[in-house]
Amino acid sequence: MSTPKAFFDAPLSEPVNLSRRHFLASTAVGALVIGFGLPLGSARVYAATANPTERGTQVPAFLEIRPDGSVRLLSPFMEGGQGTHTAMAQIVGEELDADPATFIVEAAPPGEAYVVMENGMRITGGSMSVRMSYPTMRRLGALARAMLLQAGAEQLGVPVAQLTTQPGRVVHAASGRSLGYGELAGRALDMPVPDPATITLRDPSQFRWIGKPVKRLDAYDKSTGKAQYSIDIKVDGMLHAAVQHAPRLGMTVGSLRNQAQVEAMKGVHSVHQLPGAVAVVAERWWHAKRAVEALQVEWLEAAADSTVRAMPADFSSDKYRDFLAAQQGPARDDENEGDVAGALANAKTKVEATYHNQYVNHAQLEPPSALARFNPDGTLEVWLPNQAPDMFRADMAKRTGLDPAKITLHSPLLGGFFGRHFLYDSANPYPQAIALAKAVGRPVKLIWSREEEFLRDVLRPVAVVKFRAALDAQGLPLAIEAVSATEGPSEAIAGKQGEKLDPTALEGLSGKSYAIPNKRIAQIYVKGPTMLGYWRSVGNSLNDFFYEAFLDELADKGGHDPYELRLHLLRDNKRLTTLLQAVGELSGGWKRGPYTAEDGSRRARGVAMASPFGSHAAVVAEVSIENGQVKVHHIWEAIDSGSIVNPAIIEAQVNGAVALGLSQTLLEEAVYVDGKPRARNYDLYPILPMSRMAQVHVKIVESGEKMGGIGEPPLPAVAPAVANAVAHLTGQRIRSLPLSRYTFA
Amino acid sequence: MQLRINQKAYEVDADADTPLLWVIRDDLGLTGTKYGCGLAQCGACSVLVDGNVVRSCVTPVAGVVGREITTIEAIEADDVGKRVVAAWVEHQVAQCGYCQSGQVMAATALLKHTPAPSDAQIEAAMVNLCRCGTYNAIRTAVHDLAKERV
Repeated sequence: MSTPKAFFDAPLSEPVNLSRRHFLASTAVGALVIGFGLPLGSARVYAATANPTERGTQVPAFLEIRPDGSVRLLSPFMEGGQGTHTAMAQIVGEELDADPATFIVEAAPPGEAYVVMENGMRITGGSMSVRMSYPTMRRLGALARAMLLQAGAEQLGVPVAQLTTQPGRVVHAASGRSLGYGELAGRALDMPVPDPATITLRDPSQFRWIGKPVKRLDAYDKSTGKAQYSIDIKVDGMLHAAVQHAPRLGMTVGSLRNQAQVEAMKGVHSVHQLPGAVAVVAERWWHAKRAVEALQVEWLEAAADSTVRAMPADFSSDKYRDFLAAQQGPARDDENEGDVAGALANAKTKVEATYHNQYVNHAQLEPPSALARFNPDGTLEVWLPNQAPDMFRADMAKRTGLDPAKITLHSPLLGGFFGRHFLYDSANPYPQAIALAKAVGRPVKLIWSREEEFLRDVLRPVAVVKFRAALDAQGLPLAIEAVSATEGPSEAIAGKQGEKLDPTALEGLSGKSYAIPNKRIAQIYVKGPTMLGYWRSVGNSLNDFFYEAFLDELADKGGHDPYELRLHLLRDNKRLTTLLQAVGELSGGWKRGPYTAEDGSRRARGVAMASPFGSHAAVVAEVSIENGQVKVHHIWEAIDSGSIVNPAIIEAQVNGAVALGLSQTLLEEAVYVDGKPRARNYDLYPILPMSRMAQVHVKIVESGEKMGGIGEPPLPAVAPAVANAVAHLTGQRIRSLPLSRYTFA
Repeated sequence: MQLRINQKAYEVDADADTPLLWVIRDDLGLTGTKYGCGLAQCGACSVLVDGNVVRSCVTPVAGVVGREITTIEAIEADDVGKRVVAAWVEHQVAQCGYCQSGQVMAATALLKHTPAPSDAQIEAAMVNLCRCGTYNAIRTAVHDLAKERV
């Protein structure tokens, strides 16, 4: 995701107290074994950050090594299934010389110390965590190792040069003596952090854990119900809350017709009016939910000065698509090379087609929740799922008027995210939880029911894209033009188009590598009525479908095989040629079909590529038609992220991205009628079940180029590969998603 | 009313129609069983009742009085459940993990009744939703467990 940095810039100006004492105290939830708690002079910590280029050097802010040698690492990044906590343990452990299996990784609190990404941000998104922090987190481990060596030298009374390490131990080979990290940590983590310039990183040829299929640290806890998510957190004296949102965003509470009756319902503590919602606080969440659903609310239409994006009463997602298709401009160019107009005017063969996609929901399995507690000292503590702790804390400070230093934010494991847990005005439960905790004077945990979540989730954008292309005498693409009528998620969140185009609107139409001499990619900005957000692989999730499916149309029109055409258009691009050949080989050699499989089904294959988030992916899909529905038998995917940290996690991420890619291709769609979502639960918003999952075959290609992302890049090429296979098999062009809207014989 | 959960007796004060899920989570503090949809659509709330998999989000608590309820917290006390957990770890099934309590319960129930399920039987039984797309790992893990029994 090439998100404009401005959107994610969170105020980080307030000083962060990173003394050891604070570090330990700030995470005192659950059963935390504290090995030691020496306060660390904060002046020393600040000294280490005097140079802003030296990010990720405040070793004591990140690491605690316990007497038993286990290593507790506070990760700048959230774990939501993508395996980043395991990756962080591999990266830090490699240089620290500590087995990743000895690590306990938790999400770090907000604070400048944890802003470790090379782009100056700290978010968990854009498939950025590992690739943007890799050298910094390696150096962090190496700095800690140097401190342990220094402490070992003092304790053993030998020159540091005589010491080495083996996993978890400082070793003095000459005397045969050694000390475990746990024995040295008290002394070591109180030492000055060495000058990063003095640190030498391990030669990659000597890696023991980076690049290896290290087991996930959370596999057992997540298989036995021990893993804790925000929704599971409990504090003393806590009350539960449920809300009923206005049926359309922007509407406000007029009156409650039966407040007294609801207040008398069993277990109800109190009834509350909130902006655009009503809430019930109760001793049990079930009582709160039942009571709030019983509330009869007179909702008022949004006021003219409403600060939220008010949903019109007549909004229909199908009609909105027609509206987008009718937009004539003006369009702003993102890419414009050669002479597209001239090429089109003189072309022997022209191809035109209009594509569109659908709104989709995040539909992560964990419904949003937030637990808020005001402490007697005036501080506020909040537990909530989030992908950007500094932004969330800044927003809480703004809403409450509290100094950010008085707000403690806890970031438990995420029960899926896919872009759901960024800061979206009106789509996060914490403002309500904070208001309720304040109103009742007790801690309140608010859970949004699945129905309330579907009502307030932000949507992946829709676009209508008009393509025009010219083919030369050989049937090869000479010019391509794509004009997309759409609103990107970043500009939607900002509420207006910026001076520059929103890259998340066009990524995947823009940035393609095919050698087509004349091209124009442009956007007609259309501000829509729906709240939009980031959805796994963001703009690429729709735009690569459009482009790669249209490219197959050009291949067919020009009489070329789509795989061969891509190879031809990439003939001067060694990296992508290698990748495309790799997926061809992985699938047993490219064959388009149709052919009859062993089980008697008629099958065909499609190919597509995408280059999102610093990585590149190529997909071959094999499909048949079964009972009028598309069945995807196999997905072969080759992915080149430059270099890698954990091949097993990459394979799992490719599987996950394929599942979400198939889900949006085959059956997912958020439909709005009369300003309301038709689906409020999984019954009417089906997501991919096991029975429709394809077999997935993964080939990791390490080109050695700059490290790219992994969580999102495998997704965008799935839809067009499937669509291209279906088009070839059925003869029916697939110019929209999902395929459940089509009828196949 | 009295419930037997994980071989322990609990005295519970709840309305008869309260879903078992919320009694387990909020009254008893057993949070390994998850709320996902409240409509028996996703399976995150799956528990065993007398060895059969049940969606606790739509199961009135009064209906399970006197029956043996097993939640994820005690799944390793069950021979089959213990093997399922080991296979889940071996195959590194979990991603976000939120649905996996329910998946482990569903797999345990399947293997209790059908020790060596076919692919079609696995597909028919393992209908819990997973947004992270761990389906292939689940399928492989269950196949492995089935092989152990053949």
